[in-house]
This record gives sequence, C-alpha cells and structure tokens, in this order.
Amino acid sequence: MGAWQSYRLRLQRKRWRIRAFRKRRELKPVAKRVENIRPSDILCFSTLRNEAVRLPYFLKYYRNMGINHFIFVDNDSTDGSLEYLAAQPDVSVWTTKSSYKRSRFGVDWLNWLQRKYAHGHWSLVVDPDEFFVYPFCDTRPLRALTDWLDASSIKSFPAMLLDMYPKGQLDEQPYDAGRNPMEIASWFDSGNYTISKNRRYGNLWIQGGPRARVFFSDAPEKAPALNKIPLVKWDRRFAYVSSTHMLLPRGLNQVYDEWGGEKASGILLHPKLLDTFKSKTTEELSRKQHHAASMEYKAYSNNTLDHPIMWCEWSQKYINWRQLEVHGLMSKGNWA
Amino acid sequence: MSLGIVMLVHTALNRAEQTARHWAAGGCPVVIHVDAKVSRKGYRAFVQSLADVPMIRFSKRVRCEWGTWGIVLASQVASEMLLSENKNVSHVYLVSGSCLPLRPVKDIVNYIADRPQTDFIESATTSDVNWTVGGLNKERFTMHFPFSWKRHRFLFDKYIEFQKLLGIKRKIPLGLDPHIGSQWWCLTRQTLTAILQGPDRKEFDAYFRRVWIPDESYFQTLARQFSLNIESRSLTLSKFDSQGKPHVFYDDHLQLLSRSNCFVARKIWPHADRLYMAFPNDMAGTVDQPEPNSGKIDRIFAEASDRRNRGRRGLYMQSRFPRKGWENGVTAAPYSVFQGFNEIFENFGPWLAKATGARVHGHLFDPNRVAFADGQNEFDGALYGSPLSRDYNPSAFLKNLIWNTRGERQCFQFGPADTQTIHEEIVRDPNAHVSVISGAWIVPLFRSNMDFLDIRKEAARLQKIESGHLKILRSPNCNARVRIWTMAEFIENPMEPLQDILNEIGQPQTRPLSEVPKMMDLAGFERFLQNLKNQGMHLYLTGDFPLSVEHEETQITKRKPYLVR
Repeated sequence: MGAWQSYRLRLQRKRWRIRAFRKRRELKPVAKRVENIRPSDILCFSTLRNEAVRLPYFLKYYRNMGINHFIFVDNDSTDGSLEYLAAQPDVSVWTTKSSYKRSRFGVDWLNWLQRKYAHGHWSLVVDPDEFFVYPFCDTRPLRALTDWLDASSIKSFPAMLLDMYPKGQLDEQPYDAGRNPMEIASWFDSGNYTISKNRRYGNLWIQGGPRARVFFSDAPEKAPALNKIPLVKWDRRFAYVSSTHMLLPRGLNQVYDEWGGEKASGILLHPKLLDTFKSKTTEELSRKQHHAASMEYKAYSNNTLDHPIMWCEWSQKYINWRQLEVHGLMSKGNWA
Repeated sequence: MSLGIVMLVHTALNRAEQTARHWAAGGCPVVIHVDAKVSRKGYRAFVQSLADVPMIRFSKRVRCEWGTWGIVLASQVASEMLLSENKNVSHVYLVSGSCLPLRPVKDIVNYIADRPQTDFIESATTSDVNWTVGGLNKERFTMHFPFSWKRHRFLFDKYIEFQKLLGIKRKIPLGLDPHIGSQWWCLTRQTLTAILQGPDRKEFDAYFRRVWIPDESYFQTLARQFSLNIESRSLTLSKFDSQGKPHVFYDDHLQLLSRSNCFVARKIWPHADRLYMAFPNDMAGTVDQPEPNSGKIDRIFAEASDRRNRGRRGLYMQSRFPRKGWENGVTAAPYSVFQGFNEIFENFGPWLAKATGARVHGHLFDPNRVAFADGQNEFDGALYGSPLSRDYNPSAFLKNLIWNTRGERQCFQFGPADTQTIHEEIVRDPNAHVSVISGAWIVPLFRSNMDFLDIRKEAARLQKIESGHLKILRSPNCNARVRIWTMAEFIENPMEPLQDILNEIGQPQTRPLSEVPKMMDLAGFERFLQNLKNQGMHLYLTGDFPLSVEHEETQITKRKPYLVR
C-alpha cells in the first residue's frame, strides 16, 4: 500500500472520529456508572431498539463469560428496554431519539463512547442478538483469552456471524425472555460461505449461510456480510468503519493468516431468525433505518411472508465450540 | 543434602506467595527475587505476607526485562544469597513465580538425591536448535543488540541487517562453546559455585551482558565448562510456541498435568483456581516414583504450533485465507473430475458409485443447474443448488464441497458445455484427478434432435473450448493428475482405463471388473461424423472412426449397441 493510500485512510479515520465527536450530543445519559470501571475491566458495548425480550439472557450470558461492565445506547425503545437496563448494577446506558441511519447504524455513537470509556480496555461490541463464542469458552473465562491475546501482542480478535435458525417455521416456537435462544434456533449452515478480500481495508468479506441460501440465492452479491471483529484492545485513536465488519487503522483487520496457518478466531452465534423476526422485519421496513435502503429486510419480507423455513436436510445442530472448530468455522490457532 | 529454591517473581504475587509457602513447607529454603518493576508498595505487602516464614528470604531487586541481562543478574544475586546463607544446600533449583509444583517436594528431593552429581540443565549447541525466535542462533553470540526486541522491533531488525551487511562480529571469549536451552535449571552447589566464583567471571559477565537472551545461554554455556555430569533436560515442564512465548496452562489441563508426573509446570495462568487447588498433588498411597513424562502435553502443543503455522489443508475461513500458492494444498482431499464419460455411457454415475462407494455428482458446473448426486437440491454443509450463487464464487464452491465431505471421495462430471471459470482452479490443484475422453461431447449432439446446421455450429464451439482446455491440462503448469484419451482410443479398449480409474479411487481391485457401464447406442455414429466432415468441419478431438461400409451395414441390420465386456 502506497503512502498516498495510507494517508487517505488516515484522513478517513479522522473523519469518523470527528463525526463520532459531533454525534456525542445526541446521547443522553440515563444511568451512568462508568466510575465503577476498573483499569483491567473487560467492557461490552451495544446499541439496541426494542429488545427487552432478549436482554435478560444477553446480560446473563455475558456476565458469565466475564464482562465486567456493559455500555448501551438505547435508540428510542418503547418496550421497557431502557428502564430494564437502567436498573442493572453493571450497566451504563445512554438514550437517543436521533436517526439510527444517520449515526451510520449506531457506529458513530459507539465510536464516541468507546473513545471515551474503552481506551486501554478489551472491548467487545455485539448486538443483543449476537452471542460470542471463542475457543475453550466452556472452560476458560474471557479474561483467559484476553490475557493470551495480550501476551501474543494481538490487538483484535475476529468472530464470524453464524446465523442460527429453528427447525420448521420461524414462528413455530415463541421465544420468552430469559430463555437461551439457541435452544430454539439451534441449527446452522456449516459449509457454504464464500470469502473475498477487501483490498482497501485489508479485511475479509464473508457471505453465505442460511440468509444467503434462502433469501439471496439469485442475488448472491447482495447477501449480508458475516465477517466481524468484535473484540479489540481499544485505543482512543481507533474507529469502526462499518458496523463491526472493519476498523481503522487497517492493521486491526489483519485477523487472518495469509501464509497457510490459522490464527485464533471465534464465532458470533446469531439467533436472529426467531418468531420475533417477522415483527422486527415489518417494523424495520416501515422505519427505513437499515443498511442499503433496508434491502436486506425487503428481501426477507418478500420471501418470508408465507411460511419461512430455513432448515434443510444438511443443517447442523449446534453442540459446542469444538463442533464449530471441526467444521472449520473458527480456530484455536496456537492457543492450546 | 538439601534442595534450595531461587524464585524469580514478576507478576501475580499472590500465586508466588502460595508456591513459596509450599516449597518452604517442604523443607526447602527459598530466596525470592522480585522484579524491580513491581511497585514499592506491592513489594512491601508481598514481603509482609511472607514474614511469618523464616525460610523465605528476599534478595536485592534488579530490573528484569525480557531477553536482557537483568534476569541473569537476578538469578546470580539470589543464588549467591541462597548458597551463602544455607551451607547445607546441595542443589539449587531456579523457578519462577508462575511455576506450579505438581508433585510433593519430597518427590523432587528424593529424585535429586538419587542423582547427587547431576546437573539438570537443558543445553544444546546453537547449530542444533530450531526453536529460536527470528532464526537467531549463533548470531545471539556474535552480534550487538542495543535495541529492545519488544519495544523497538524495527530498529532491532534493521541493526541486525546492518551488522550482517558490514560483517561486524563480536568475539566469543576463549574457551567458551555457546549453548542455549531452557532457563529453568537445577544445578549442584559444586557447578553453581564454580560458575559464580570462577576466575573469569568478570570477563564472562561482561560478554554475556551484551548477548541476546542471556538467560537462555549464560548458565547453559558455563555449565558445560564446569559440570561433571550434565543431564540436558529441565525438571520444569515448559513449552514454547512458535512466537517464542511460553504456553500457558489452564484449569482444563488438570488431567493432562496430573498424568504427566512432571515435577514443576510453567506457565500457569494466575486465575487457574482449580489448578492451584489441585496441585501440588500429594499422591497419597503412591509408592513408586514415576519418571516425568510430558509426551501427551508435547503433542498437544506441537499440534497447536502446527495449526498456527501450516493450518488445516483445504480450509478457507475467517482466520485462514492463504494467498495463492500458500494454501498447503488447494483443496482438502483428492477428488475426480470426469469429462466425456457421462456422454459415452448410459449409466456411468450409478455404476461408478456402486463400484467405488464414492459420491458421484452430475455436471456440478452446468450453467442451468447444479447437479448434485441423487438429484438433491442441497448438499453437505448446506451448499445449495443455485447456479448464480455457485458462479458468484466457483472456486469457493468447489473448495467448500471438498472440505465439507472430508472422508468421502467426490467425483463430478465436467465438460466444455459447463461454466469454465472453475477450470483454472482444478488445473493447479494436485488433488484433482482429471480423466478426459476428448471429443465425447459429440455424442449428445449425435443423439439430439437438433438441425444439422446447429449441430455443426455447436460442435465447433465445444471443440474450441475443449481444445483450449486440453492445452492447459497438458502444459507444465498443470498440477492435477491428468489422463486423456481420444474417444476413438477409449472405445477401442475401455476396460483398461476404467480399471485404472477404479484403482485410483478405491482399493486396488485384484479381480477383474465384474460389472461394466453400458455404452450408448452408437449405431450410425461413423456416418454422422463423416457427414460433419463433409460439411467442412475438422473434427480432431474425437479421434479416427473410419467409415467402413461393411461395418456400417452389419450395424444397421443387427442394431447392436456397443457393449463393453
């Protein structure tokens, strides 16, 4: 990469940081407990809108994993999400009525909060329907991973989005608060992912999975991106560019080995395709607040209005991380 | 006869306290060196916490940075203190604060007492080791290292290049033969005092002060000078990964560690509570003294290094995306590509599946459909039969297919009428076994109901594609295993090629083929070819089918299909 390109990316990073700085005014603190954050704490950042039903399990899952403090941005929820979060002892929450789209889908808000509170911390950025899985997560807490990453001088850790779906129709089994969503949406596609390299930012672009298979089989280039880099040893100079798909400086995107070896990686289990999916789709369509003019949601609604079934004969039922590693969806790298 | 412990502590002071107490309780005097980087407050609290144990002493603090002289200096200072204060100490064991004794102190003491004159120190000549970071072996002793490897890697590397360029070399003190090895040793008083009180110590120290990573070479080299009996292994189980940092043990290694029978393990994650609860294991009732055996642990860590450096063959994923040529195998397993067989035989697919047990697909790269085996719409790994998705990234489609079906041989049909973009990938893949009957695409045309002029046009198109294809298959850049027959050759003697193909896919068969695929009815084929030729078409891939009048007549009267027997 030439000096010119490098300089342009630097300018771009500054632009995102300035933008995040400007957008800070949109955020109103509701419960601010950031003074409790200790220097070694691992933080979790998330934006949400009307996810009250998912929050209890989300918090439980990540508390067990070893997240010390949660920072949320609530985008004008009307279902009590905000009040629920404000009552949690390890949560700080901001609220905003501003446009999700114009904050670049929440990236600007989180970039600001991360810049302010995550400097020097390991920071995990996930949506309320994303569940992080890493090698040995059933026997080792998250701190074991971050300690190992620190010792290995690794600053960013990738976790591909793995769409989970139920057997049968999406709305057959309703999801109730507090329940493990992977009990219902326990199936996944193990080997239909395609990868290409984004030369500009140096990240991989991964597509595939059930959404590509069912909704985008005739327009594969429009299928959603699944590559994510959610866990980063944050520095105030860093910035997410688009969702958690890629970061600047671009060195943070180099989470894959190009010489035949495997680096360590995890998975974000994504049980989005539950009974809540349909109402969410309808709502998001009317709000027009999502990526590429909500194209994704349009494709969903065209296909799923009748009886959406994602399951196929070759679907795999989720057991644990070792199964995902055998399928080659994630890797232990040289962590043993 | 007694064992003394020198303990180097950098972090996780609470764990260090725990193990220090353990050593002392086992009757071993301990001298602890705490890194000068630890704050004065933290140090005082640490000393205070161990104040109730008189056998534990603290040496003067030195700053220890990784790979520098400080660590050797700390070991020297602490060892001198230990030896001078405890006259009955016969062996000194160097451990770190993150070392965890796995077996009772008594076991170690007995083990050493059985070998009173032995120095346990891993020490190998520089030319024999391959574990060093950055490939620096001999260079550690002959170059200058003024820049920190951890903080100024760029300058570190550049300065080495600079020295190599100018041929700058340090002189190794006379009589020293550089050895390197694990930092964690157990030396006899005799050897250790010989090193510490030797007449040349000043000179040696001055030299090693500027050697890179002297903690892995100072004692290792000098022990070779003075020791009477070196056992070149460490009593501490300590493994390093390819980056040169120690592998860490966690709670889930409990079983492994307890079965290894090693004395001391390094490095333990400070929060591994279960390990710190389970060890040291007193092994009540064990009478025999098993030898340490770290074989299984070695294997696990070797596998981890291998995964990091070479990865799983044929896997493409979020953290392994090799550049072209660095794949270590383009695909995960051997597979077969058949060109022209489906055209000549009526039931080639089912026959092959039955004869070999392999999974036989149709034309996977047919522009209009993805012909998975048994007419399925989806396949292993939830690959799906959308030609658009397949052609969006055909190479990923093929690699996924082969990866998903590891353990089951895949075969598929290919031909000039298929989407050709995948061809490049097949040609460079040593796993691809390509069998081609050239010119066989003419058979479906022959059997079709098309106008003759259209047949003529289509034949010319297919012949052009296949001819280009064959050219690549025959080029020296082709890594695939390739067999090519013209259709005429093949029909004349089909048995041998078929037998070859079966042998290659499955177990070598001793008996001859029991069942053979049924050939298409080719009555009138020669006439058809001749007609094409008469239309001015030059058919060079099908081979020669001489038009014999007599032969043709018998064909017409008997209507006998070609049957391979």
